[in-house]
Amino acid sequence: MQTFDLEAEGLRALNSALHALKGQTNMTAWEVINPKGAHAIAAGVDAPVEITVRGSTGYYCAGMNKLATIRIKGSAGPGVAENMMSGTVIIDGDASQYAGATGRGGLLVIKGNASSRCGISMKGIDIVVHGNIGHMSCFMAQSGNLVVLGDAGEALGDSLYEARLFVRGKVKSLGTDCIEKEMRDEHFLIVEDLLRRGEADAKARPEEFRRYGSARKLYNFNIDNAQSY
Amino acid sequence: MCGIVGLFLKDPKLEPRLGQLLTDMLVTMTDRGPDSAGIAIYSGAEEGQAKLTLQSASPETDFADLDVALAKAIGAPVSVAVKSTHAVVDLPAGKLDAARQALASHRPAIKVMSAGESIEIFKEVGLPKDVAARFEVAKMSGTHGIGHTRMATESAVTTMGAHPFSTGADQCLVHNGSLSNHNGVRRVLKKAGMTFETENDTEVAAAFISHKLQEGKKLGEAMEATLTDLDGFFTFVVGTKNGFGVVRDPIACKPAVMAETDQYVAFGSEYRALVNLPGIETARVWEPEPATVYFWER
Repeated sequence: MQTFDLEAEGLRALNSALHALKGQTNMTAWEVINPKGAHAIAAGVDAPVEITVRGSTGYYCAGMNKLATIRIKGSAGPGVAENMMSGTVIIDGDASQYAGATGRGGLLVIKGNASSRCGISMKGIDIVVHGNIGHMSCFMAQSGNLVVLGDAGEALGDSLYEARLFVRGKVKSLGTDCIEKEMRDEHFLIVEDLLRRGEADAKARPEEFRRYGSARKLYNFNIDNAQSY
Repeated sequence: MCGIVGLFLKDPKLEPRLGQLLTDMLVTMTDRGPDSAGIAIYSGAEEGQAKLTLQSASPETDFADLDVALAKAIGAPVSVAVKSTHAVVDLPAGKLDAARQALASHRPAIKVMSAGESIEIFKEVGLPKDVAARFEVAKMSGTHGIGHTRMATESAVTTMGAHPFSTGADQCLVHNGSLSNHNGVRRVLKKAGMTFETENDTEVAAAFISHKLQEGKKLGEAMEATLTDLDGFFTFVVGTKNGFGVVRDPIACKPAVMAETDQYVAFGSEYRALVNLPGIETARVWEPEPATVYFWER
């Protein structure tokens, strides 16, 4: 186990050490202590290592993550796991706005609540939120899956492309072109798999979820609307 | 960006440390806005006494013999404590208006930063650590306080453009964001008798709340009204003699984190600002909801 005191050694030293890990490495377990809300902790990691951050983080923790499993033993600031490529990020507490934004792959798990714009413009990432999500979540989300055990705020899935949104609780309102859709067999399987990998299978069952997706009305220009522009 | 910090103490044992805690919080937020910085401290006052915080670009001349001149003009004893470009005047509460009139006619270059029974405001261009050191904020005690570090967007980088803005007795407001309808709201408020020192958008928000309070609205109601009447991006933190409030616009893209323990309620633009507060490890930490008013009063 490599233990790194962020307060004593500084962010650049941490991220340089993590960026030096390429491919297979024998330094597979890392612990970051005294994070104290610092920004960009473990951003840009590209190796199959396990990193545990003991405390709360600031902006952009685990941004652009590839391959690594990053656990945050606290809450995360804005933009956690932004543009994640692969790997896993698990937050024990809450996540601030735009968690998992533009993520292309991997799994983001938030055990508390996520605030506004969770999964905005997601492009393949899977996100599991044990609590609630805030307004404008999954705005223009393109692909991937969002599973929310709690409630969703206003304008869920506004201008949605092909991401699949599964919400167990109430949805305050759906955004433009986002509609409820039937849960088919393949969707129950997706939710079951994500609940298990998201450490939430003891809390919820797939049949409790409703699915929301794109009505696909915004995909093509509609000549009847020409005078609106 | 801009950085905001706020601390409302519930435990009187922490009061001697208010200035120190608030200074540390504000310095942590320096990279959110290095243009200028300011702090409002509610330090209490003796029964029947009031305070004016004054500012001058030429303190040597403007503050010279100010105590004698003011005492003569208002016919009451006055004490003046000069701190760099600012001076805190202690005077009988009933003489506040007379003192302001005397200042306007005898020392017109002096700006009034705040007036009231408890509030003192210190603000200048520069980094938070330099501004706080200049006014020895860390030595101040008090019941609650608000700090701001500015990255200017809507008006010039000047002392008067720095936050907090005070537009009513013992009231102040700091802002992260920008308002788009401030010119219109300023015109309406001017017609209603409010006066303005700057072209700054945040001063309009402060005056908007002060005007509502003058109309008899409660702090919570006044803050609620910002959600319907002010257009733009905002996280506001507001101070009154007994209270401390927070409100964010419905889009809520300007960050905010709060923490509460038995000893205090704290606000920071980022969690970083809160990490050295006593007992933060076990505090309830949360992000204030959009379009929701939070306030605490003693």
